[in-house]
Amino acid sequence: MNIELIIGILNIVLISTTPLVFAGIGELVTEKSGVLNLGLEGLMLVGAVTGFITLVLTGNYFYSLILSIISGVILSGIFAFLVLNLMTNQIATGLALTIFGIGLSAMLGKKFSGTPIEGLSPYYFIIISFLLVFSVGYFLSKTKSGLIVRAVGENHNSAYALGYNVIKTRYFTIIFGGVMSSLAGYYISICYAPMWQEGMTAGRGWIALALVVFATWKPWRLLVGAYIFGGVAIMQMNLQAFGVELPGQIFNMMPYIATLIVLVFISSNKVRLKLSAPSCLNIPYEKNS
Amino acid sequence: MKKQSLVLVVIAAIIVIAGIFFITNQNIQKDVSDDQKKIGFIYIGPPGDHGWTYMHDVGRQYLEKELGDSVSTTYIENVPENADAVRSIRKLAESGHDLIFTTSFNYMDQTLEVASEFPDVKFEHATGFKRADNVSTYSARFYEGRTVIGHIAGKMTETNTIGYIVSFPIPEVIRGINAFYLAASKVNPDVKIKIIWVYSWYDPGKEADAANTLINQGADIIVQHTDSYAPCQAAEKAGVLAFGQASNQEAFCPNAHMTAIEDIWGPYYAAKAQAVVDGTWSSEDTWQGFKDGMVEMSPYNEKLLSSDLIAEAKAIEEGIENGTIHSFEGPIYNQAGELVVKEGDVADDGMLASMMFYVQGIDGEVPQ
Repeated sequence: MNIELIIGILNIVLISTTPLVFAGIGELVTEKSGVLNLGLEGLMLVGAVTGFITLVLTGNYFYSLILSIISGVILSGIFAFLVLNLMTNQIATGLALTIFGIGLSAMLGKKFSGTPIEGLSPYYFIIISFLLVFSVGYFLSKTKSGLIVRAVGENHNSAYALGYNVIKTRYFTIIFGGVMSSLAGYYISICYAPMWQEGMTAGRGWIALALVVFATWKPWRLLVGAYIFGGVAIMQMNLQAFGVELPGQIFNMMPYIATLIVLVFISSNKVRLKLSAPSCLNIPYEKNS
Repeated sequence: MKKQSLVLVVIAAIIVIAGIFFITNQNIQKDVSDDQKKIGFIYIGPPGDHGWTYMHDVGRQYLEKELGDSVSTTYIENVPENADAVRSIRKLAESGHDLIFTTSFNYMDQTLEVASEFPDVKFEHATGFKRADNVSTYSARFYEGRTVIGHIAGKMTETNTIGYIVSFPIPEVIRGINAFYLAASKVNPDVKIKIIWVYSWYDPGKEADAANTLINQGADIIVQHTDSYAPCQAAEKAGVLAFGQASNQEAFCPNAHMTAIEDIWGPYYAAKAQAVVDGTWSSEDTWQGFKDGMVEMSPYNEKLLSSDLIAEAKAIEEGIENGTIHSFEGPIYNQAGELVVKEGDVADDGMLASMMFYVQGIDGEVPQ
């Protein structure tokens, strides 16, 4: 093994893991405030397609980035309105958001699929993803606003009694999560594989969801977990190319198996406390109760 | 407040469901005059994939153009290869379609199931091997194209390392790897191929990762048997060479794309539809290649390939067409060193259709 080869491998790992970090850190903040958003895959696809279309039409990376972010704000805003104001079931609404996002992105992108574009360097996003994880970690553990987010996620009634606006806080975290998912999608269609094709995120939204549980809702663990998931996938490709026989299907299942194992641990209550799962996750908040 | 919310939720749900229904059904047309024959297609992906499904849709459009008003065509896209396919195929059969093309290998049993319920409807199943009185099968000899690109790759590689990205270990894919390697090693005995299985037909991110991994390990030519053009793009970015897949992908990677193996379904679709119009349709098995025009090579990239090499490639195409060259000419040995095709013989269709072994010289094992 020479040094160039190793640097090359690290480079590919960095490029392929970044969308998981973006989507994962957004979902982590959303879940910390007690809301489960299963719509990541849909949000990513819509973020990817709006960014792509804007880039094709205007040729401007900045506009495409802004529009991609706006798409995330709008879609996650609708999700927030449904689950917070109308108190719909979070799981059902999240799944609906995914299905809706898949269909909407396919419809919007139909005319644009197969248009060649000039991709953007992934390195800006890689650097931002690291900064983001550290800022979120700092925000959640060291700032007053972060404490409020956690309080809302742990016990929304107490937080309300203390005078914090539960709904407003959750609006903020859901929209933050939505924007991060759009960025993950934008990164995929503009940097990672510069193209638009239907369903091109290929399940990364679900892996990001699994990642949040795997990381037990801790930002730095999420970063480590993402790089374990990404690193394992790239390592098995390298081993295959070196001629080592591996059951590739099993490696594709790895993120889910690892998450299941963590879930089994969490399901025992004592450990759960230690693992910092938000107690109010997926419990709707009713102001008058 | 509560009641009002409930009403809003119900309205929102109806809108979403109606939207989904609209999207999945927008391609089913209902207004057709009686004497027209209705031809239906089941697609595994979206026609916008610029690969497998795209080429089937090009074939469908060719059919429509050729036969004009005597037929009308419809398609259902993104049909998963499971029990859901039965519903989609049945939907076409029930709505008065006379001929239905199911265009992916794993629609095999579903096609036969629906075919037994509708004996008057004709079915055509792509790449399968189970037939019935009203079910034909058809496929293309893509491996003939692999022989051409193998020859080019053997001549063009400088590192003698070729990266090969593959989807699933099925005979069609294994056959392609073997045909490619036999042609490449014939002109360049030192050539090595590195194979990565990504276990997906379509995941642009993963396909790009695989291409970058292979390039990082010294491959200077990327070959793929997956559906997106991400590997070709990755090759373009890294400054190495590549071949397109299923359709001409030169627009996406003009400095890497040497040529591509194209699937040409149009003439076959038009012929079978004409047979239904004439009432001469019968169940048969069709496996065509260069000779019948079901497989074609995209224009060779003159910026990358010398005119001599292009001439050689064209000579191979011609040789395969008139039968003087075969992709699997003996002697061929398997990895254990056993002779599987004798000198002077060529592999028969039975062996090709069930090929699940690597030929001698390829490292690694076929995944089980």
